[in-house]
Amino acid sequence: MRRITAPVTARAARALEAGDQVFFSGILLTARDQAHLRLCEYLRAGKDLPVRLQDQIIYYCGPAAAPKGRPVGSCGPTTSARMDAYTVPLLKAGLRGMAGKGRRSEEVRRAIRKYRAVYFLAPAGCGALLARKVTAARRLCFADLGPEAVYELTVRDFPFTVGIDTRGESIFHRRTKGVFHEKK
Amino acid sequence: MNKNKIDTRETEELIIDTVARAHFRMRPDVKRLLLDAARKERAAAPRRALEQILENARAARTDKVAMCQDTGLPLVFLETGRQECLSPRGIEVIRRAVARGYQRLALRPSWVDPFRRVSASYRGILWHWDVNPRIKKGMRITVCPKGFGSENKSRLVMLNPTAGRDEVEECVVEAVRDAGPESCPPFVVGIGIGGTADHALLLAKKVLLGRVDRGSTVSLFRTMEKRILEKINRLGIGPMGMGGAHTALAVKIMSADTHIAGLPVGINISCHALRSAGALITNTGGLTCAG
Repeated sequence: MRRITAPVTARAARALEAGDQVFFSGILLTARDQAHLRLCEYLRAGKDLPVRLQDQIIYYCGPAAAPKGRPVGSCGPTTSARMDAYTVPLLKAGLRGMAGKGRRSEEVRRAIRKYRAVYFLAPAGCGALLARKVTAARRLCFADLGPEAVYELTVRDFPFTVGIDTRGESIFHRRTKGVFHEKK
Repeated sequence: MNKNKIDTRETEELIIDTVARAHFRMRPDVKRLLLDAARKERAAAPRRALEQILENARAARTDKVAMCQDTGLPLVFLETGRQECLSPRGIEVIRRAVARGYQRLALRPSWVDPFRRVSASYRGILWHWDVNPRIKKGMRITVCPKGFGSENKSRLVMLNPTAGRDEVEECVVEAVRDAGPESCPPFVVGIGIGGTADHALLLAKKVLLGRVDRGSTVSLFRTMEKRILEKINRLGIGPMGMGGAHTALAVKIMSADTHIAGLPVGINISCHALRSAGALITNTGGLTCAG
């Protein structure tokens, strides 16, 4: 099994192919619907982002609160497609990739190719399993959003599957038997 | 006697324990179906997905961490028996206990005002109350946390009264096709047929509270459930969208009489984390109206 560590350089990303199973270690930044809305407002207004995105991976996740003695609670991925409309500006701002569950829009797939980014699939609905692999968590910004705030998770050996690689190859795209077409 | 003095702590603890079971313990019927699917799945990627789901259940149980971070909107189904009648205070006690359970067990609050969208709280449980004359004493509570990755794919189809079984089956398969890999397959699909628009959707959810590893008691529905399941599993979406033979684990149908002019079909898609837990509250002191 391939291993990869964040921050992910362009070179490390290029080595990944759609369908690869990888163990991911290092930093993941959590952000979901409302945080995306805000990050994109920053960019539209030409303001500096409250987090550095260069070579980072955004994980579409709103973790459950940490039980006593643990860095974080259940922390599986949420549906990536809801973030489709906000993804391209973030890639443009230097983001190296995203992790979540399910299909992406054709626009996002093209942008992933253009910006040499990568889209990972996390094991969907396995938040308890993933929580065991988080070694530290701290909130970076948007505290008022509660679980939807941006957290920095330090993880060890997160089991990801490469969903879309830097060439824009998608595991959902490659299977041609009917259901695996991209989301319209 | 002053009713407000009745101690309801025992009931509260029972309800908090029910919330914990719903989140930390995979339902045995769901587990059976998943184990069976993992045995039968041939390709490596979908089999690995099923194994991860089962490993996740073990982690949840051992670590007391929710199976899924989407701890859902907690739906509470309450059935009162032939003797007791729920009081307004009883409703308050149950609501508060569920919210406390979420808070104490570090379950994510996911309930917000639909437009303000900030400060998710622990106050928003949804409530269904039935009278079940088969319950001789006490009341039965079922907590069903519903995640929204799959709830977002719910569907209501108002068919013509002349529509046949084929049309019903087709619209269910279509809903699952649309749900796709992002709604956490393998699914358990609940179908409510008949009633009104709202009732069909409620039936679709209620049917998932019962055992899903056995078919309907009505033979027509049993046949339909099987046929729909086969059609769904031919879609090839598979566990976590990795392809394979198990896009759904089970399909369940419940029906009610309906109007001569229509045929409502409610479709509720549950992700593989179909969660619910129940308890019989025998000590109903502080929950009931006198008489």
